[in-house]
Amino acid sequence: MSQPAVSVEDLSKWYQLGPKGYRYGTLAEVIAKAATAPIRRLTQGRGAAREQGTVWALNGVSFQAGTGDVVGIIGRNGAGKSTLLKILSRITEPTSGRIRLQGRGGSLLEVGTGFHPDLTGRENVYLNATILGMKRRELERQFDAIVEFSGVERFLDTPVKRYSNGMYVRLAFAVAAHLNPEIMVVDEVLAVGDTEFQKKCLGKMQDVAHSGRTVLFVSHNMHAISVLCNKAVFLRGGRLICAGDTQSVVDEYLTSFTQGEQEDQQPDRRSGTGEYRFVAVRPTREYFSPDEEKAIWFQIERRRGKLPQVYLAAHLFNSQGVEIAQFDSRLVGQWAKDREVTEGIVSFTTPWLKPGSYRIDLSIWEDDIVDRFEGACTLNVSPVLPYPNSAQHGPSGGMVFGDFNWRTYAPEEALPHAS
Amino acid sequence: MTTELLTNSNTPPRVAEPPPPPMSQVIEATEGRLGIDWAEIWNYRELLYFLTWRDIKIRYKQTVLGAAWAVFQPVMTMIVFSIFFGRLARLGEQTGGVPYPIYVYAGLLPWTFFANAVGFSTNSLVASSNLITKVYFPRLVVPLATVAAGLVDLMISLGVLLGLMVYYGTPVSWELALVPLFLAGTVLTAAGVGTLTAALTVAYRDVRYITPFLLQLWMFVTPVIYPPSLVPRQWHWLLSLNPMAGLIDGFRAAFLARTLDWSHIGISLAVSAVVFWTAAIYFRGVERRFADII
Repeated sequence: MSQPAVSVEDLSKWYQLGPKGYRYGTLAEVIAKAATAPIRRLTQGRGAAREQGTVWALNGVSFQAGTGDVVGIIGRNGAGKSTLLKILSRITEPTSGRIRLQGRGGSLLEVGTGFHPDLTGRENVYLNATILGMKRRELERQFDAIVEFSGVERFLDTPVKRYSNGMYVRLAFAVAAHLNPEIMVVDEVLAVGDTEFQKKCLGKMQDVAHSGRTVLFVSHNMHAISVLCNKAVFLRGGRLICAGDTQSVVDEYLTSFTQGEQEDQQPDRRSGTGEYRFVAVRPTREYFSPDEEKAIWFQIERRRGKLPQVYLAAHLFNSQGVEIAQFDSRLVGQWAKDREVTEGIVSFTTPWLKPGSYRIDLSIWEDDIVDRFEGACTLNVSPVLPYPNSAQHGPSGGMVFGDFNWRTYAPEEALPHAS
Repeated sequence: MTTELLTNSNTPPRVAEPPPPPMSQVIEATEGRLGIDWAEIWNYRELLYFLTWRDIKIRYKQTVLGAAWAVFQPVMTMIVFSIFFGRLARLGEQTGGVPYPIYVYAGLLPWTFFANAVGFSTNSLVASSNLITKVYFPRLVVPLATVAAGLVDLMISLGVLLGLMVYYGTPVSWELALVPLFLAGTVLTAAGVGTLTAALTVAYRDVRYITPFLLQLWMFVTPVIYPPSLVPRQWHWLLSLNPMAGLIDGFRAAFLARTLDWSHIGISLAVSAVVFWTAAIYFRGVERRFADII
């Protein structure tokens, strides 16, 4: 083996953050800032301002990928995965360090980039393929294959705004699937479309993986990572925790939640603007049965500043790291008031959970995220089944149990609500 | 739908093609000032073409008049200006014998192109933020494509001008051959100002509100609706520092068979090149931050 296809060398990137999610300024703000700068410098000293407003998205990350490797990049939210992808795709520059690529790079951070609703399917294929870097000759050669893969031949000359969501995604993915770079950078594009289509996409990714091209793939789906990747890289807080063969890295990642990470247990070291923090979280019982109400008690403390009101969110993950559900208090119009100490309970009955242990991430939000507590607690579901006759015929398919009903009847005694 | 999809899913594997020679690339922080990378823009010419084509294609979608808007806008402006400035303000008596409608139209033609190109460019990067945060390409392509798309409108209204020239029996002179030169100058100026306002808008959204206002002021310091002879002779050098002044003069001279003031036009052409170059260098300097702050 000569040079590795991808070599990431001591890569770092920091972002300058202003107060509270500051992203761009108006001229007035810039003028105000410039005018008050001397005063701030006097009161804060020089280094302080930069220290406060700086976030290291990546910090000294190094790893290599050989030709033909399919590398999964895993880590929690805010671990630096997206930043790494953006640097690999040349969308943004690193602050220091470098990446060496041996071969033509191509990136796919989203399907359907540049699709315009008013243009037809055919026109969008041309536009999108060009944006993603496919040359015209290549595109003309592949056009029929793209259309066939998408399965939307009949609507090729219809504006895509009249497409169903599924058709739109299929067409967009079809273009992406026919890109041919030697080094491919892929974000969680598999998280789109229906299950059938996801399977098809996974199959396509496998083809790509077996064709000797190098793929860097970010996903939260540990199943997809295990199936597709022969190597993995685990990032946390912008640093590389470990890199190596997929199974050991995935195991490391999954146990990092159950062990209860030191850092995340310390409220003030978590990400978020930090006005409020979760200080205690626990399920109300050690075990729940699948069909009963599950409840998690929590306590929040005000740490600094004040916000008029915040909303709370809980995310539920299974042991594979697949997100099962999201419980967002804003969706049901529930907001938490400003208090020195707030206690509360989040509870849910559906979906019925299969036996096993589940991870709960909790977060506090205003416009920006106030506190992100990943792995806030573990929910255990006891190995009993919620159905009367499940002893003989335990269901094996699916990720959750359904609360369902079957009725059969002869046509003449049609049920009142049947059409 | 689902079953149909399943049966289609067995696409034959593509025939393996001989791999092109490996290209190596280093991604790292760029430092200092960057020049305009013409080779790279040339590499992305197909993208420039498609973005231009998209802009043209969607500009008049779902409008009743369609591309007729490209004619409507300058023609209506010409009529209104002819009535108010030509007749009521008696500017029509100072055009050296050229009928005011065609005189003002010959000035409106490049001006409308310039103002629209700058206006659309200003918003172009922000409107393409989904591209900028997802795909790499030379960012200059975005405002350049917007300016290029404006050329189509210009060609249509040029047709109207030729019609007016026939109607008014304007004599044709050899200077007509110089139109491409003045057009190039106008494109350079529009691309220059447009890339500058586009880049500024990424960081400061104020610019998109200031730009239309500045364009309006700019029109009044440019001899579009009045002849430059209204400006005292000793101020003409100042006038030619405004590249649009000299260029519009040039257009008029070429279309209306009048004498060319080469010193005036020369300065304007030089200024337009400087404007473009400066703006593009500034753009290159800040484009590395676009994806982070857009």
